[in-house]
Amino acid sequence: MTTVAVKPAATKPATMAQALNRAMRDAMAEDPTVHVMGEDVGALGGVFRITDGLAKEFGEDRCTDTPLAEAGILGAAVGMAMYGLRPVVEMQFDAFAYPAFEQLISHVAKMRNRTRGAMPLPITIRVPYGGGIGGVEHHCDSSEAYYVATPGLTVVTPATVEDAYGLLRASIASDDPVIFLEPKRLYWSKADWSPEAPAVVPGIGEALVRRTGTSATLITYGPSLPVCMEAAEAAREEGWDLEVVDLRSLVPFDEETVVASVRRTGRAVVVHESGGFGGPGAEIAARVTERCFHHLEAPVLRVTGFDIPYPPPMLEKHHLPGVDRILDTVARLQWEN
Amino acid sequence: MTVQELPGAGASHRSTPPPAWRPRTDAAPLLPDPEPYRVLGTPAADRLDPELMRRCYAELVRGRRYNAQATALTRQGRLAVYPSTVGQEACEIAAAMVLEEQDWLFPSYRDTLAAVARGLDPVQALTLLRGDWHTGYDPREHRIAPLSTPLATQLPHAVGLAHAARLRGDDVVALAMVGDGGTSEGDFHEAMNFAAVWQAPVVFLVQNNGFAISVPLAKQTAAPTLAHKAVGYGMPGRLVDGNDIAAMHEVLSEAVRRARSGGGPTMIEAVTYRIEAHTNADDATRYRGDAEVEAWKAHDPIELLERELTARGLLDESGIKAAKDAAEAMAAALRDGMNAEPVLDPMDLFAHVYARQTGRLREQAAMLRAELDAAEQEEEGDGS
Repeated sequence: MTTVAVKPAATKPATMAQALNRAMRDAMAEDPTVHVMGEDVGALGGVFRITDGLAKEFGEDRCTDTPLAEAGILGAAVGMAMYGLRPVVEMQFDAFAYPAFEQLISHVAKMRNRTRGAMPLPITIRVPYGGGIGGVEHHCDSSEAYYVATPGLTVVTPATVEDAYGLLRASIASDDPVIFLEPKRLYWSKADWSPEAPAVVPGIGEALVRRTGTSATLITYGPSLPVCMEAAEAAREEGWDLEVVDLRSLVPFDEETVVASVRRTGRAVVVHESGGFGGPGAEIAARVTERCFHHLEAPVLRVTGFDIPYPPPMLEKHHLPGVDRILDTVARLQWEN
Repeated sequence: MTVQELPGAGASHRSTPPPAWRPRTDAAPLLPDPEPYRVLGTPAADRLDPELMRRCYAELVRGRRYNAQATALTRQGRLAVYPSTVGQEACEIAAAMVLEEQDWLFPSYRDTLAAVARGLDPVQALTLLRGDWHTGYDPREHRIAPLSTPLATQLPHAVGLAHAARLRGDDVVALAMVGDGGTSEGDFHEAMNFAAVWQAPVVFLVQNNGFAISVPLAKQTAAPTLAHKAVGYGMPGRLVDGNDIAAMHEVLSEAVRRARSGGGPTMIEAVTYRIEAHTNADDATRYRGDAEVEAWKAHDPIELLERELTARGLLDESGIKAAKDAAEAMAAALRDGMNAEPVLDPMDLFAHVYARQTGRLREQAAMLRAELDAAEQEEEGDGS
């Protein structure tokens, strides 16, 4: 995984989980209106320990164990935000967020709009998402397509330790509701990192070229970034020099960075875990085709999860986009006219 | 197979509770009265505050006139739809009257009258139903949440807001309104549970008007009353005659007082009746008989109070006329406001989606701008 160069003295190995924890801690320390809430976020520190120690440090009123009820959690957060707080809501697992969808779609996403800007809702909704951890049913969904299809929501997903910190700080500071998708299989990924170091803190809506190349662009985000980086290394043996773009933000979508990259390389593959039909890759491929048609040497291809309900853990390796599937797809970019 | 024949029947499936757990034994005071609470026409009416009741009367008359005017505007096509509260005015008005200025009202789509009774301009209250924008007012300015069309989803908002206010040390109570049908929704349950666990300063007002569009209460719930539901969450449930504004005012005031003093939430079931159809799109004759409607018309909230006040010499012809005149003035202002075509800016479509417009929306806004400009030029061309 690529890391941002920082002063060696200021850094030490940190996990994405620690960076997320630190982001909340710093936000809570700086702004008394930031409240963390959800099921198990208090004494337990969350089932993934992302909120570890927050209740102890800031009290149970600032880091609150709620009843087990996602619509209630998010609905209460709406009311709290209406009164001027900045709730940071934890949805324990991707598929556990579904009971809250009416609150999300009918109220959270629309409140600014329906009140003509009078009542923005600065809510951050943290959703651990994606597979690859051997979780049983309802613990591994990639639900980003639902979120990106809902106007009014901002949707971001970090793939690195420093982005986890920076994007979460930016999300909590945002005056709009943000779906903060946490790639749970990267929770324990490590990097040399320090929040004090002058790391590159991304603004929401800024993609980043993680690896430059000339033969084709891999466009990806979240849990698929390390897979794409590995694929790009492996592709060198095949004579392919791949560029990798990490979107970091699905809404807003940094079209300019993507388009510039594809115009340079002339070929593109979108990679994500969620299903292909109606997935974010479909939108990205359409946009790239619209904007880069005359630069393209081949159709924009996609490597995605299959269009199936998330499989049981013993079969998930066949479903998730892996290095081989990416390389096979890259090979198909050798388009014969 | 009966329960007794099931394998393991008779054996105790319940392990002995650990010492830390005890069932609550203080639930009895939470139970609602067996009959809806009434004041008008009972000895309790002796303690009525004449000034307050005269205000209630004027508000009821105004509310009835508001309902009639809004319904007329629907027939004229000025409103896309209007869910009437004829027969329910006492609930709507009492809800608004018991709140202090700093308190918040969380209305459903049917509760525009409560918003008007709280002081909102009727035109602003009806903007959603006219169709020019979803919310016609600044919720913070009036402390009235946007009218909620999805059922019961505004209830957890009320809980969250009240909780937040209490965390900040502010003296704020939230009053959330929902219908009988809304009590079947999951959000009703979650809001009640959160409110009780958090002891949030919230009052839930359920207007049981008999029908959720066409489905009667008997097909909505098997509970003895809706007020009984409160007990399961650990808050008092109150059953009150929703057409008796004196009873409504008393019960709501008590609940607001309890919330304000840190006593936690209350759920109130107001038993009332929707005299008119669900909306102008509904045909109420398909699901209920005239006799039932007529029986409820005989229990009219305005007549109940008028009878009480005139019998006690607290209201005379001039008082009745004054209330009617004020109501007519409101209706005239509402007609004028509604007859003025709203000025709409199509570019507003993109103005309030995000704090910072996305590139995608900028593109789409430019497309609409170009379409509008082209249409304008065409119009100018036609004119010359």
